Amino acid sequence: MAETAIELVGVNKWYGTFHVLKDINLSIRTGEKVVICGPSGSGKSTVVRCINRLEEHQKGTIRVDGTELTNDPQSVAAIRSEVGMVFQQFNLFPHLTVLENLTLGPIKARGMSRADAEARAMHYLERVHIPDQAKKRPGQLSGGQQQRVAIARSLCMEPRVLLFDEPTSALDPEMISEVLDVMIELAEEGMTMVCVTHEMGFARKVADNMVFMDAGEIVEQGPPAEFFGSPRSPRCQKFLSQILQH
Amino acid sequence: MKKWIFVSLSFLALAGCSSSATWGWYVIDPTTASGWTNVKFLISGIGDTILISVIAAVISIFLGLVVALPGLSDRWGIRMINRVYVEFIRSIPLLPMLFWVFYGLPIVFQSIGLNVPIDPFWGAIITLALSDSAFTAEIYRAGIQSIAKGQTEAAQTIGLNYIQTMRYVILPQAIRRILPPLANQFIYIVKMSAFASVIGMQELTRRANELVVTEYRPLEIYTLLIFEYLVLVLIISAGVRWLERRMGADERG
Repeated sequence: MAETAIELVGVNKWYGTFHVLKDINLSIRTGEKVVICGPSGSGKSTVVRCINRLEEHQKGTIRVDGTELTNDPQSVAAIRSEVGMVFQQFNLFPHLTVLENLTLGPIKARGMSRADAEARAMHYLERVHIPDQAKKRPGQLSGGQQQRVAIARSLCMEPRVLLFDEPTSALDPEMISEVLDVMIELAEEGMTMVCVTHEMGFARKVADNMVFMDAGEIVEQGPPAEFFGSPRSPRCQKFLSQILQH
Repeated sequence: MKKWIFVSLSFLALAGCSSSATWGWYVIDPTTASGWTNVKFLISGIGDTILISVIAAVISIFLGLVVALPGLSDRWGIRMINRVYVEFIRSIPLLPMLFWVFYGLPIVFQSIGLNVPIDPFWGAIITLALSDSAFTAEIYRAGIQSIAKGQTEAAQTIGLNYIQTMRYVILPQAIRRILPPLANQFIYIVKMSAFASVIGMQELTRRANELVVTEYRPLEIYTLLIFEYLVLVLIISAGVRWLERRMGADERG
């Protein structure tokens, strides 16, 4: 059994009086790929956003590589340096070139030299198959290319875990596969991944563990074969039948 | 419309050149020796007007940013620092603030054992900068808030701290939205610098006042004064438009 990369124990979160996360328990091993799905508003993005402190949880513990996530800025910084994040809306920096988007973190946050950072950036741009776009601005790229740049930007920080928050939901249909292909390659190379996605084909292919959330709780989890073959809870059955209809 | 402006201005000029007792353009007629001396005396105040305005604007631009940042905090207590400063400073009319700074502040300094004299030059600069900083702070806050939250989040996930996020991600994007209203504020400062005349600063307005006292030709002298400000403001406007175009050409996507 590989070591635990991320551990959530009894995590609760409220927005005012609205209980968004209810007793979330989730353990993710190093190298494991977890896909979180569920209807909108179920709290799946919030789970992912809590792991790198874009949202604060109010109860329970979150550990990344043994470090507990607390209000201490050092713990937040330590965890963020281990955890990369890919957003639904890409969130590339529009005023910088692709290359500058990739080197900003390594140079400013890690103190790398420009030459080293650019070499690393080009390496990861090749891995996402767009080294020839390095000098362009994000606005000149297609959505699929932008999301691959965003993945490369996270990889430049060499994180131990990558979080994906609906990475293909803002893309035109013909661009979804180019992003999923890159994600599958990453999965095959052994990256620890937590993906919030509705791409069930991708989930079947790469997931080690499927997590179904509804109304702020984890309703069901298990390996994909079981999860898709014989979902136990009625809520999960209903969700799967709705999204797998087409 | 243009034609009528031209006609009325020509009329004003012609009427002034006539020997009518109601006009006295001779006081600022540069073709005569005394008129030329007067014009030189009036225009030479422009250096101080510009100097006061530019120094006050530079201070206000930095001070405004420092005041704006707490206003963007998630924490109520920190946001209140910004709100109290902005509401308080914004509510003080310029002239009373000028009096308070010029006559009152030295006494405050004395009471804590500091001997800091405040001359009209620095009194005017401090007042203009303080008064304007409440407005520039609001401009910064609006500009920074207009940048999508995802930009800050992305910066955080690649390990940038707060200052780095502002410096490399948020401000470079916000500056295009901040610049036009900041330029507006600069024009406001140039015009409000006229109040410095009250505490004895020899800028444009003070010189006009002094000349009116000796020559007793308020209409002609104040007309020239207005045109001096007009020219100054038009030059600033042209400069800002040039700057905006330059920054706009840089920006894509």
